[in-house]
Amino acid sequence: MKKLINAPADVVVESLRGLAAAHPGLRVDLEHRIIYRADAPVPGKVALVSGGGSGHEPLHGGFVGRGMLDAAIAGEVFTSPVPGQVVEATRNVDSGAGVVHIVKNYTGDVLNFEMAAEIALEETGIEVVAVITDDDVAVQDSLYTAGRRGVGVTVLAEKLAGAAAEAGRPLQQVADVVRRVNANGRSMGVALTSGTVPAAGRPTFDLPEGEMEIGVGIHGEPGRRRVPLAPARQVAGLLLDPILDDLDFTGGDGVIAFVNGLGATPLIELYLMYGEVAARLEKAGVRVVRSLVGPYLTSLDTAGCSVTLLKVDDDLVRLWDAPVNTPGLRWGV
Amino acid sequence: MSEIVDVTTLRSWLIRFAGDVEEHAAQLTELDSAIGDADHGSNLTRGLKAMVSVLADGTTPPSIGPMLKQSGMALVSSVGGASGPLYGTFFLRMATSAGECDALGPDSLAAAFRAGLEGVLARGQAVAGDKTMLDALIPAVETLEAALNEGRPFGEALKASADAAEAGRDATTPMLARKGRASYLGERSVGHQDPGATSTALLFRAAANTMIDGEDNQ
Repeated sequence: MKKLINAPADVVVESLRGLAAAHPGLRVDLEHRIIYRADAPVPGKVALVSGGGSGHEPLHGGFVGRGMLDAAIAGEVFTSPVPGQVVEATRNVDSGAGVVHIVKNYTGDVLNFEMAAEIALEETGIEVVAVITDDDVAVQDSLYTAGRRGVGVTVLAEKLAGAAAEAGRPLQQVADVVRRVNANGRSMGVALTSGTVPAAGRPTFDLPEGEMEIGVGIHGEPGRRRVPLAPARQVAGLLLDPILDDLDFTGGDGVIAFVNGLGATPLIELYLMYGEVAARLEKAGVRVVRSLVGPYLTSLDTAGCSVTLLKVDDDLVRLWDAPVNTPGLRWGV
Repeated sequence: MSEIVDVTTLRSWLIRFAGDVEEHAAQLTELDSAIGDADHGSNLTRGLKAMVSVLADGTTPPSIGPMLKQSGMALVSSVGGASGPLYGTFFLRMATSAGECDALGPDSLAAAFRAGLEGVLARGQAVAGDKTMLDALIPAVETLEAALNEGRPFGEALKASADAAEAGRDATTPMLARKGRASYLGERSVGHQDPGATSTALLFRAAANTMIDGEDNQ
């Protein structure tokens, strides 16, 4: 293992310390491992809280700021946070307008956020609406598994719901933006190598040179199948076809196309992949109205990428274009 | 024999469970690395240590419900992952069922276990046969209830319950995982013993050992 760390046990807190030093616009509670907008709670605004295991940066802490999240909670690497952290964050961002929890569909995240919402309501009376994202089409037998995983759509949901909250929409409408985004978004990923969890010290899974895992999750969970490495043009098809088979993206007002890096794949390859994705979408009659390319939801130092498509209407495009000012996403400011 | 489980005995049970999990931490993590994310032993050990330090700091409520609630919250607050809320819910529901009292008879203990089981069922949305902790928990609780209904002695019923949990644990090996992270492995989850069922079997063996030993010591 070659990593720029001091000690595996200190990675999460020391990284948060660095985030705080680099971004004075954030307030970081190192004890509870919570990243806040410095001006939270924002009077009258619905607050957005998300969180999960660490190792997916910039998600979620890098998406805290105006136009996106009010707080993000960091668990251990690839381990969900505990309810106490979520309650603490929820209490500190609520302005009285209520709080939306955005939760990726992973059993640990779902259970801990669920308990937190119960405790927050019982102890503080804060109104919490939790919305779960589950956009990963790689998981086929939803009835016989923990269900589709929450992946790329989570980034888009945090941006779009963040803009809706900033615009002053009430609690249920902000939660509804997350639900609409989740219902209209689909993702699929591929890993070329396995990431290494600092505490484990060795790659999570073996992936021989010359092979790739299609449909991988964001913690190295196995995907649909292992296949020989192929040119980017074919990989784009392997990722896009299951997405297009799952939901019709041709009608309506177009899509946001998102090519996401899993941590160790450079931008030169991500843009190359985006080119292949865009060309295939054009051939399939899918109109791209906005795009996002880069490492936004990573899996430590996994090489590979994921593709997310989101069907949008005028409202969602306006929310997408609204100003956002976070370490990870920043425009219009 | 005394058929009363008092607050001291319940504390001993929780502390014994924590010790047994720590002793088996490497095995639990090994099982979890085959079909999960290789942290069940370390996560649960961390949480149970937090629980034991709360139980040992002298501020433990003298009443069973509040003591179990404090234990459950300590666990929930320190484990993370799925096992924190699931074990935490088990103890929190036991706490509600037991209420403010300083001893439980066999039927009240069985009722508290049943409440804990119902809590885990509701929290995890899993059913028997999904290759989870429930595959040890359900037989453990049902066997205890059945044994008491048949009028068998308390000690014997607790032993039967622990045996049933272990048999349930062993039965998870050929199962196909349908919940949690192991479910993404599909067929590849077959042939591995479930780590959650393994730690649950330790919980009921610890109950048999401490609650029956408690009687022996008197």
